[in-house]
Amino acid sequence: MPKLIIDGTEIEVEDGITLIQACEAAGVQIPRFCYHERLSIAGNCRMCLVEVTGMPKPVASCALGVNDLRPAPDGTPPEIQTKSETVKMAREGVMEFLLINHPLDCPICDQGGECDLQDQAMTYGVDASRYAENKRAVEDKNIGPLIKTMMTRCIHCTRCVRFMSEVAGVEELGAIGRGEDVEITTYLEQGMRSELSGNVIDLCPVGALTSRPYAFAARPWELRKTETIDVMDALGSNIRVDTRGREVMRIMPRNNDDVNEEWISDKTRFIWDGLRTQRLDQPYIRKGGKLRPASWDEALAAVARRLKKAPGNRIAAIAGDLAAAEEIFALKDLLTGLGSPNMDCRQDGAALDPAKGRASYLFNSGIAEIDEADAILLIGTNPRVEAAVLNARIRERWRRGGLSVGLIGREAALTYDYDYLGAGPDTLRQVAAGKHPFHRVLKRAKRPMLILGQAALSGSDGAAVATLAAQIASATGMLASGSNGFNILHLAAARVGGLDLGFVPGKGGLNTAAILRAAKAGKLDVLYLLGADECNLEDLGNTFVIYQGTHGDAGAQAADVILPGAAYTEKSGTYVNMEGRTQLTQRAAFPPGDAREDWAIIRALSGHTGEPLAYDNLSALRGAMYDAHPHLAHIGAREAGDAADIEKLSKARAALGKKAFGQAVADFYLTNPIARASAVMGQMSALAGAPRTRATGTDG
Amino acid sequence: MSVRRLDSLQPKSFKFNAENARWATAQMKKFPKGKQASTVIPLLWRAQEQHGGWLPEPAIRHIAEILDMAQIRVLEVATFYTMFNLSPVGKYFVQLCGTTPCMLRGAEEIKEVCRRVIGPQGQVTEDGVFSWLEVECLGACVNAPMVQINKDYYEDLTGEIFEQILMDLREGKEVPPGPQNGRQFSCPEGGPTTLLNGGAAKDGSPAKKPAVARRKPRAKGAGK
Repeated sequence: MPKLIIDGTEIEVEDGITLIQACEAAGVQIPRFCYHERLSIAGNCRMCLVEVTGMPKPVASCALGVNDLRPAPDGTPPEIQTKSETVKMAREGVMEFLLINHPLDCPICDQGGECDLQDQAMTYGVDASRYAENKRAVEDKNIGPLIKTMMTRCIHCTRCVRFMSEVAGVEELGAIGRGEDVEITTYLEQGMRSELSGNVIDLCPVGALTSRPYAFAARPWELRKTETIDVMDALGSNIRVDTRGREVMRIMPRNNDDVNEEWISDKTRFIWDGLRTQRLDQPYIRKGGKLRPASWDEALAAVARRLKKAPGNRIAAIAGDLAAAEEIFALKDLLTGLGSPNMDCRQDGAALDPAKGRASYLFNSGIAEIDEADAILLIGTNPRVEAAVLNARIRERWRRGGLSVGLIGREAALTYDYDYLGAGPDTLRQVAAGKHPFHRVLKRAKRPMLILGQAALSGSDGAAVATLAAQIASATGMLASGSNGFNILHLAAARVGGLDLGFVPGKGGLNTAAILRAAKAGKLDVLYLLGADECNLEDLGNTFVIYQGTHGDAGAQAADVILPGAAYTEKSGTYVNMEGRTQLTQRAAFPPGDAREDWAIIRALSGHTGEPLAYDNLSALRGAMYDAHPHLAHIGAREAGDAADIEKLSKARAALGKKAFGQAVADFYLTNPIARASAVMGQMSALAGAPRTRATGTDG
Repeated sequence: MSVRRLDSLQPKSFKFNAENARWATAQMKKFPKGKQASTVIPLLWRAQEQHGGWLPEPAIRHIAEILDMAQIRVLEVATFYTMFNLSPVGKYFVQLCGTTPCMLRGAEEIKEVCRRVIGPQGQVTEDGVFSWLEVECLGACVNAPMVQINKDYYEDLTGEIFEQILMDLREGKEVPPGPQNGRQFSCPEGGPTTLLNGGAAKDGSPAKKPAVARRKPRAKGAGK
């Protein structure tokens, strides 16, 4: 552990870190542009210069390891000055050079107000320019519908290039030309094809790469920032929603090392235009085949009439992928009160059952544990589209070396090398029986894990697949010594919460497929869809369908009564992510029109049916929910499952089918009603499906 | 230097001919497995030679494919090094050194000849024979001013001599490369200035004869 004297204070720092990190540890802020903790070191902006006693010139602190410094002959630790006159002058010089070619267009720049260059020019720069010559101008590049470029502003820090090739794993951005003429571009200005490309907007320290959908929409200081949770996938990325008035203007990532580090997927970031379109803003009742606007009283009364008339076993409910735990809990109470056991939160029919123990449906090892894994078996999953940020984490681990990845299921372009083991159950059986070479790889590994996707679980033999996976976990030591490498990769933000709350068929109850079959056959009177759009709702017979949700999507098409609810940015809701971490969304904006928070709609409905639920406000509901499920009260904490459940699961009988595993996500950009309402997502989807040509941006 | 772009007119496709393809495979084998990308510069160079002195866009894609590299990475290399011409060049591609020693010894005059005889910098003459480009130091300062035509150096030029060289090339005549004022390589102009005693060493050992003889200076109007 080397000792350093930074600005006169002695400090002992970790081995192997760089000087900039040591300064940070000492509480000294070093200005920087190109340096970023999660990217490789480039050392090309020169902004982080510090003075090291004994060195003839200032040194770039981002690129100098603390172990490369030697103590003085008398044994005093190396001395670093960060506030000396030399350092001040060095920074002013660097700043002046950076500003030589940087346009003075801050008033029309979207980065204005949150620009590193602006801030650091104020703090470390000089007050005037001595440069009278013409500035360089660079042609803007069209790199897709998400990212707007203004390349004259680029200061060549290459953070974006490094991010795309290192984290996103897509070598698309590059720096062509050299010297003053360096230009950042994609090959022939093709659109970037990555699920994480939006992160370069945050990384860009200037206004060269900005958000195209957000262009000229707002200034950072006009926005109200709400820290909340994303529901586009089951990762539960930590996000910040920026709103102005009632409208969500943009979505940014928040740092959470255990979940999403500081990245979010493009779907998470650019979904917000979908929150404005296709919204259900008032109740509707179908009369004569047409949906007509109605008041809340009319709509709730109509629903209550049907619910009261129907016998319990002829009522059913399906909870959707974006529902928060609160409304699922309330809906379960409502259905139980009506005597119905027919409820399900697994729209895709995945073979996950809370009765088998919580560990049987969690990403048990935890997301952060991927950093330690040395062998990963992917079964029926394509993490790149199912959980893009998690995939980046696997890639990050893979880049460090010593990770073997095997894939059973459909081949996909992941961003790391993997051994393709086979397409389906046959290969899985071989691996489980120890007859496949990859079994040995897993067995030899110190921290093996398997990731089981919904594509493998939602087949008719899903339960058998889970059992075999559990056998692999048990046989290869994934369950040894307190760790648990049996991981389920979920797609729906609501899924783990729904399973935790036991929103699955009760005794003699019907599951999703059975509910839909019963509806078609006329064996069901009332079907309650809580934001459920991802199952086949085309033919529900004469069943009275209630759709409570946010967007006019498949569910609303099929509905007889529509109850407009609140989207995830408009309510405080509990979501449990795939690793079992309870997180809370916060209200950033109000729901449009007459739409209400979802739990309140169910509570109001219970009043109309004559059996009011036992809670009148959100905190009372949460109180009841926490009493029944104490782990939901621990916001931010991860409640692990019991590894013994997996051992038990592995003992079950398994009758495997023959069908190869399919794909769970056909189109990354259109997985939920909000995404389908978003024009930006539609554009990206079209671009992803189109043959590789030049980018098709909307403008510019 | 200025911004370098791929030419707007590109051939539809590019492929190494059989001989070059064989050569490329041999080059790749010089590097450990998985490090074949190290051959990117030789391959680009060979592609440029095959394609008449300039590098078309399909060649960049072709090489990216051969080397299993991202296309943008190959483009980065091709645009970084000015030795890769991204636009067509003449049959005789004149690279004129304009750096200080050549400039002091009259590169401006040579440049003027280029402008007059060939045309604006970077443009190919209508008959496709010439194009010229001012480049940085080519390392022949002793023989300044000088130009490089395709692979050969033509040194110790004057405007007159250089114009004559261009004329000869246009007529398809062979022009010997090297100093054009009669001197041998970079020997002192006008004869030796040291070792005038015949090179006899103090110990009395016999003097060596100069190993090379003076060449005939290039006659004015030769080849007319």
